[in-house]
Amino acid sequence: MTSLTLVRRIRARPSVLFDLLVTAEGIAQWWGPDAGPVLMAQSDPRVGGRYRLRFRTLGGIECETTGEFLEVTRHERVRMTWRWVDDADESLIAMTLRPIPDGTELTFTQSRLPDEATARGHEKGWNGSLDKLEAAVALVG
Amino acid sequence: MNQSERLDRTFAALTDPSRRAILARLEREEQGATVSDLAKPLPIKMPAVMKHLDVLDGAGLITRTKEGRVVTVRLAPRPMREAMAWLRRYERFWTASLDRLTALAEARETELRKAGK
Repeated sequence: MTSLTLVRRIRARPSVLFDLLVTAEGIAQWWGPDAGPVLMAQSDPRVGGRYRLRFRTLGGIECETTGEFLEVTRHERVRMTWRWVDDADESLIAMTLRPIPDGTELTFTQSRLPDEATARGHEKGWNGSLDKLEAAVALVG
Repeated sequence: MNQSERLDRTFAALTDPSRRAILARLEREEQGATVSDLAKPLPIKMPAVMKHLDVLDGAGLITRTKEGRVVTVRLAPRPMREAMAWLRRYERFWTASLDRLTALAEARETELRKAGK
């Protein structure tokens, strides 16, 4: 299955991170492509509950994402569906927290592709793309 | 095959280091390379190379043309571009988001520790 995985080691305990991952107040502070403002954030973090987040990019484009919580395991793991509201295709997002000596290792995965995902992207050519691909699938920050 | 299935195939084809080595080689060879040229630097036997080429062909990542007894392999970059465009789009989005999440969580942790919690 096509997927993107990002791993971060963060100097904060799992409980601090977990709240930021699932609460409306938390999500509103970090989701989005850039530092543009969040216009609306709702979240009902329990299995079957939904979330919704509307933001404006610095370029002035308004976007809204929404989805449903599939798993909410306190301080450990969240899985949710994710899509742009004006787009039928859903992705799955999983965020797993693992305690490490000075904090938490967060593994973020987005998988199952929206069909339109690449329709508008015909950017650069082939050169160096394999290197970037490997960087993207095995990024540890 | 729809785009989602094509992307899945592309990513599956790229999970193997020998296949990535073959593609990286073809990226440098605009005129293509023969099967034996491709096999030479690889630590695997010819039947295994042929299997990898079948997988890459199935994902639409290469084309094979036969002239006489020589098979020439060339890169077909379109599926790779699609996969890269998807990755770039979301990698950018989530990298920026996780940067902010990290800063936020670490600031909160610092506050908690200062408060002796």
